Amino acid sequence: MKRLLLLLLFLAAPLQAEPRLVTDMSQSRIDISYRFAGAELLIFGAIQYPGGIAPEEAPGIAVVLRGPMEPLTVRKKARVAGIWVNTEAVRFESAPGFYAVATTKPVRDLLDERNAAIYEIGLQHLQLSPATATDPETTGTFQDGLVALRTSENLFVEQPYGVLVTDRVLYRARLPIPSAVPVGNYQAEIYLILDGKVRARSTAPVIIDKTGFERDLFVFAHKHSFFYGLLAVMLALLMGWVAGEIGRRSQP
Amino acid sequence: MDLYLPIAEMSVNALVIIALGGLVGFLSGMFGVGGGFLTTPLLIFYGIPPAIAVASSATQVTGSSVSGALSYYRRGQVDMKMGAVLVAGGLLGSVIGSFVFRWLKSLGQVDVTIALIYVVFLGTVGALMLKEAVGVLLEQRRGVVAPRKARHHHPLIASLPMKMRFPKSGVYISPLAPFAVGAGVGVLTVIMGVGGGFIMVPAMLYLLGMAASVVVGTSLFQIVFVTAVATLLHATQSQSVDILLALLLLLGGVAGAQFGARAAQQLQPERLRLLLALIVLGVAIRLAIGLTWTPKELFSIQLALG
Repeated sequence: MKRLLLLLLFLAAPLQAEPRLVTDMSQSRIDISYRFAGAELLIFGAIQYPGGIAPEEAPGIAVVLRGPMEPLTVRKKARVAGIWVNTEAVRFESAPGFYAVATTKPVRDLLDERNAAIYEIGLQHLQLSPATATDPETTGTFQDGLVALRTSENLFVEQPYGVLVTDRVLYRARLPIPSAVPVGNYQAEIYLILDGKVRARSTAPVIIDKTGFERDLFVFAHKHSFFYGLLAVMLALLMGWVAGEIGRRSQP
Repeated sequence: MDLYLPIAEMSVNALVIIALGGLVGFLSGMFGVGGGFLTTPLLIFYGIPPAIAVASSATQVTGSSVSGALSYYRRGQVDMKMGAVLVAGGLLGSVIGSFVFRWLKSLGQVDVTIALIYVVFLGTVGALMLKEAVGVLLEQRRGVVAPRKARHHHPLIASLPMKMRFPKSGVYISPLAPFAVGAGVGVLTVIMGVGGGFIMVPAMLYLLGMAASVVVGTSLFQIVFVTAVATLLHATQSQSVDILLALLLLLGGVAGAQFGARAAQQLQPERLRLLLALIVLGVAIRLAIGLTWTPKELFSIQLALG
């Protein structure tokens, strides 16, 4: 497999001037079923260098998996009369529900701030579009709070040495997907970074969705919410009643 | 055994949830309470989103109350007329409650409010129960038989208009009073995910002055209906009822209740009440600590949808 890939690269490479990225992954669709307790996405591929000659310098690779964007509000608790209540809030127009980045080296050693911000590589460089008019310092605090919270839930992941590069040509990264991952259309982005510059980029879509019974139940709960509620009540009544009958009969 | 909950959108250990339901069921079988006041906080401690915990707990209370309500009904210990008034009040209350719930959500204060209401109600009820139970136990030790207090309803309630007879409860009062009690409990059912028996039973005894023999049965009767309506409201307004979660809780709960009922026969009623008072106070204190201690995480995220 590895040898074949290398061979293909040598055959295909000589014609182009810029390096290219070839990418594949273990699965382009992750199904959430009743046994879903998280998953791992393996993203791998090869770098095609012009002339087929790999440079002396070890290439930098960044692998990003980005979930669906959504607006959200971050609230901060403060003590009011001895009790911790939500006081300040900042609204962000577009925050990814999931964001994982794996790199060959820490992001700051790969790219400068400006480029990292342009390509949104690294948790510190997410562009969340704050909608509430506040000073940048407050917004920054809230953004840090959001990142810390999502990181603790494994919804935001940063793996500074998460990409392994073999022979300066083949790369692979394993990204962990937690069970609480939001469903939707994801995008995997792979960046080749040489001398602090992004030299090549490839993307691939990933779909994460509920499947089978889980999906049907979710759709039922949202499309026919009244009947879903009725079903919940009926099942609860039935179960309670049956248990009561069993208890009554089994009593001496 | 991991199980993915499609509405809560997270994976839980099914055995832990069943055990949790079993524990609550055991206590509810033992003390004759619904146990919603334990389920909701325990689910939140486990990491279930509060809105889902409240809604699914209401569903669970429906199931865990129905067999009790039926067995009281067979023994003729449900006052249907009084029950109907309470249910009518409960329906109004649950609709009010669902508006209050939505309003709190828009303010971002759901979690704090739920915890505060819990602390206030459980703290008050627990303290009153503890005081009574300790008093009775002390008197028993001294060998004094406490004289039974004469049944009477509150003077304020006696002054309400449109008095009606409720023969089974043995009272002659205005239906407005039980209607108001039902409404108040209905609000709490929707906001807290509880049946509200721990408030309704004392209110029926000490405010309405109802006959003790029909109090528990009539309260269960009201709880079945109002928690069912609360489930429907949560399901239609916020899609926050997780059927799987509720069924897992019930699975443990109905089994636990059978054991609890048997265990209760081994204990003196006064001791039982003392134990229940301590559990109720314990939950209140735990929640109060959570409100006042510096939280580990100052920030919280609210999605725009849902």
